[in-house]
Amino acid sequence: MPYTEATLQLLSTDGTLLESDRTAEYRALVDGLDDDTLRSFYREMVTTRRLDIEAGNLQRQGQLALWVPSLGQEAAQVGSAFGTRAHDTIFPSYREHSIARIRGVDFLSIIALLRGVTNGGWDPRESKFRLYTLVLATQTLHAAGYAMGIGLDGKVGTGNVDADEACVVYFGDGASSEGDANEALVFAQSYQAPIVFFLQNNQYAISVPVVRQSRSPLYLRGEGFGIESYQIDGNDVLISYAVTRKATDAARSGQGPRFIEAQTYRLGAHTTSDDPSKYRVAEEEELWKERDPISRFEKFLRSRGEADAFFDQIRTEGDDLASDLRTRTLAMTPPPVDAMFDHIYTDEHPLMTAQKKWLAEYEASFGGES
Amino acid sequence: MTENLSLAKAINLGLQKAMRDDPRVILMGEDIGTLGGVFRVTEGLKNEFGENRVLDTPLAESGIVGSAIGLAMRGYRPVCEIQFDGFVYPAFDQIVSQLAKQTTRHQGTQAFPVVIRIPYGGHIGAIEHHQESPEAYFVHTSGLRVVSPATPSDGFHMIQQAISSNDPVVFFEPKARYWPKSDVDTGATPGPMHQSRVVRTGSDVTVVGHGAMVAMLLDAAEVAAGEGISLEVIDLRSLSPIDYDPILASVQKTGRLVVAQEAPGQASVGSEVAATVAERAFYSLEAPVIRVSAFDVPFPPANLEGYYLPSVDRILDAVDRSRGF
Repeated sequence: MPYTEATLQLLSTDGTLLESDRTAEYRALVDGLDDDTLRSFYREMVTTRRLDIEAGNLQRQGQLALWVPSLGQEAAQVGSAFGTRAHDTIFPSYREHSIARIRGVDFLSIIALLRGVTNGGWDPRESKFRLYTLVLATQTLHAAGYAMGIGLDGKVGTGNVDADEACVVYFGDGASSEGDANEALVFAQSYQAPIVFFLQNNQYAISVPVVRQSRSPLYLRGEGFGIESYQIDGNDVLISYAVTRKATDAARSGQGPRFIEAQTYRLGAHTTSDDPSKYRVAEEEELWKERDPISRFEKFLRSRGEADAFFDQIRTEGDDLASDLRTRTLAMTPPPVDAMFDHIYTDEHPLMTAQKKWLAEYEASFGGES
Repeated sequence: MTENLSLAKAINLGLQKAMRDDPRVILMGEDIGTLGGVFRVTEGLKNEFGENRVLDTPLAESGIVGSAIGLAMRGYRPVCEIQFDGFVYPAFDQIVSQLAKQTTRHQGTQAFPVVIRIPYGGHIGAIEHHQESPEAYFVHTSGLRVVSPATPSDGFHMIQQAISSNDPVVFFEPKARYWPKSDVDTGATPGPMHQSRVVRTGSDVTVVGHGAMVAMLLDAAEVAAGEGISLEVIDLRSLSPIDYDPILASVQKTGRLVVAQEAPGQASVGSEVAATVAERAFYSLEAPVIRVSAFDVPFPPANLEGYYLPSVDRILDAVDRSRGF
């Protein structure tokens, strides 16, 4: 079973706020959230799911080469994203669509990546949301190095949470087996770097269940490296927020790295090229639908008196954004042909110059017809 | 100011100067701090700059390069040392799929000025994985620059140029040339890093090489001169991009080209030079371009390296074959 005795949870599947000694400090963090912030949690989860579905449809209609759905993982992502502070840097894997949105990245930029228009998509300096990385776990080392740089810059442990920085790196249960993930834990711990490793355990690496990656709970990986580690209910947006806030603040204060394993479930396919019916049973999917992060949080908000009007409004907003996304996707054009030679190097490079010129002349030799 | 330096010491001084000039330059690698590196190239630098700028890293090559990429994202200019040529492969993905592609992925919004120093090549009688010439793997990868100094003077200047480059540079240091000394003008203004250079003029056959091969080509030229054969020797210096103009100009003069390298010949730097000269100077050639390479086998036990690696005799044999056409 994915949940263990160690699993931290604040919100039960029926939307009840839980109390226990073990979670009291997290409960205190959540009690400090105002209504608008809680509404934002909901808005981001619902909106991302709506856009996610729209993107999947666009792929099915031939508008995208591929789509990577994040359905079911919204709470782990949205909660942790709000748990960071705005000056923290986030290193995603490639499924963190809601975090991209929270950090101000246009969803269309993700579409551009999966439509084959770009291999990047946005300027990470503005959003502090780094680019998606497709080779599993490689970004964990980039994040560890970046966090080492935070330390070298003296932006850690000054006691000012608005100046001290941390970074959060997202990876998954499959990626946890990669050598880079383990080397990143070594480097982070060795240099006491201000980084939080956020492992979304969605139970499958495409088709292979997590038990093939690890016979013991994955949060123990962090502990094995001497890193304070937590296992949380990843479908509980409140615990994801609170534990991430605690972990990033600990990291920025100079206490070294932290490790969070969020137990969640990919309700959809790995990608649009995948067929989960070949490796998952319906009973398991039904079980996780009962644990759905959005319906759980909706029950919680309703128990606090949130009315239908709010939920209707969020739904309408999502539909409008999805419609806008569709319109803008269909209007996207391929990049100019010679763009493939641009920005391969920062400084001038004779091979790029020569081949760009050659291609332009070759294309022009057809008399301007494309 | 002219100093008589070994290549190892020249690179050491070049690193020191770069670090003095720019506080964002940091060194990373295994045993490079307190020990000064297994070849002592970083000797004394930790004392001068401290452990925050000369990092004795955990023993993990992918970790070194991967974290260097993160440090570059943070604005640093990391210089990584890979301890030996045959130890670079654990970092291969981070170099080829990450470092080399970051600039284009970022569409020019950020530069990735990371230098990867790799002591390489044979002639030192070492055990397996300690004598290889893996440069072709990196030359094949767009997004990287690849250079190899053959002399102390180039070592001093080119390491600084590599660090100043805003692109990733793989910097191959020929181990066999670490210790011989020659004069270095540390006050000179160097030519461009990516320029090949005629290091001995001649008229009969052009011979091209890089790294430790350059000294061997000069030895071969000396022997050939005694037999009345004039070799023009060109030091490639830069393997990506390759500066062809001096090579083409030389071939137009001699009509003959021999390319020597320590790496196996298949899909090698020498193959690239041969193909390009054939494309661009076909009518100047009086003979096929001949490669002198290591054999296409794994680096053999060191007792056999003298048979595996090119030698003065094998270079001269190739010169004779070229002249036989």
